[in-house]
Amino acid sequence: MTVPTGHFVILAALLFAVGAAGVLLRRSGISILLGIELMLNAANLALVAFGRQHGQLDAQVFVFFVMAVAASEVAVGLALLVAIFRKNQSIDVDRLNVLRW
Amino acid sequence: MVTAAFYLAAVVGLASAVVAVSHRNPVINVLSLVVTLFCVAVNYALLGAEFLAAAQILVYAGAILVLFLFVVMLLNAPEEQPAAEPRPFQRAAGLALVTVAALGGIVLITGLRGSLPAEGPQGTAQAIGRLLAGPYLFAFEFISLLLLTAMVGALMLVKRKH
Repeated sequence: MTVPTGHFVILAALLFAVGAAGVLLRRSGISILLGIELMLNAANLALVAFGRQHGQLDAQVFVFFVMAVAASEVAVGLALLVAIFRKNQSIDVDRLNVLRW
Repeated sequence: MVTAAFYLAAVVGLASAVVAVSHRNPVINVLSLVVTLFCVAVNYALLGAEFLAAAQILVYAGAILVLFLFVVMLLNAPEEQPAAEPRPFQRAAGLALVTVAALGGIVLITGLRGSLPAEGPQGTAQAIGRLLAGPYLFAFEFISLLLLTAMVGALMLVKRKH
């Protein structure tokens, strides 16, 4: 008794939509990064589901690489947020309206 | 049993994902994202990707979200205030995304309903390791370079200038 691939893909689509809505609707920099994490996880879930559908392990290797890229993205993103907070005393992205400091 | 576990993980994961992007308190956002990522790890396990389920918990819950919590506590930023002016564009974009997701769901339900997976190899650490050390060796080594670059970049960004 296994769950059909379609159900996993639907779950991934819903998670992606929630994450994308978070990125678009929130203004706190941390929440935007959280939304990006959610979208990356949804994409990973869809990759693993399709990989199982085709009986291939390569998809899981790709997910492993995506996890590593997500980790480095978060490290750099949070460092940027810390630098912005030191400059602005705020991480509200609506208040980021200058191109040079 | 497997089906019940999948639906439980899906419902809990979606609910905590909604909380993670909608609550105003950043600590609650981060903690409910931990719940969502655990549910994704359960889904990996159900899909036969044991190694990825373990890596998901180690990397996301163990490293990335601790980093998030650390930054939330370090910045001690005030809670997000309601927007000064209404934002029709973002609302329309959010609604459009939900519609696209729903349409995709309908297409998939009608298209993939009965399709069950092929009998493939299980994603054990041994099988993944053979692939990583074989055809994907260059990418695997390159990832370590990427992580090193990201670490140096993060250090440079937060370094205080004298």
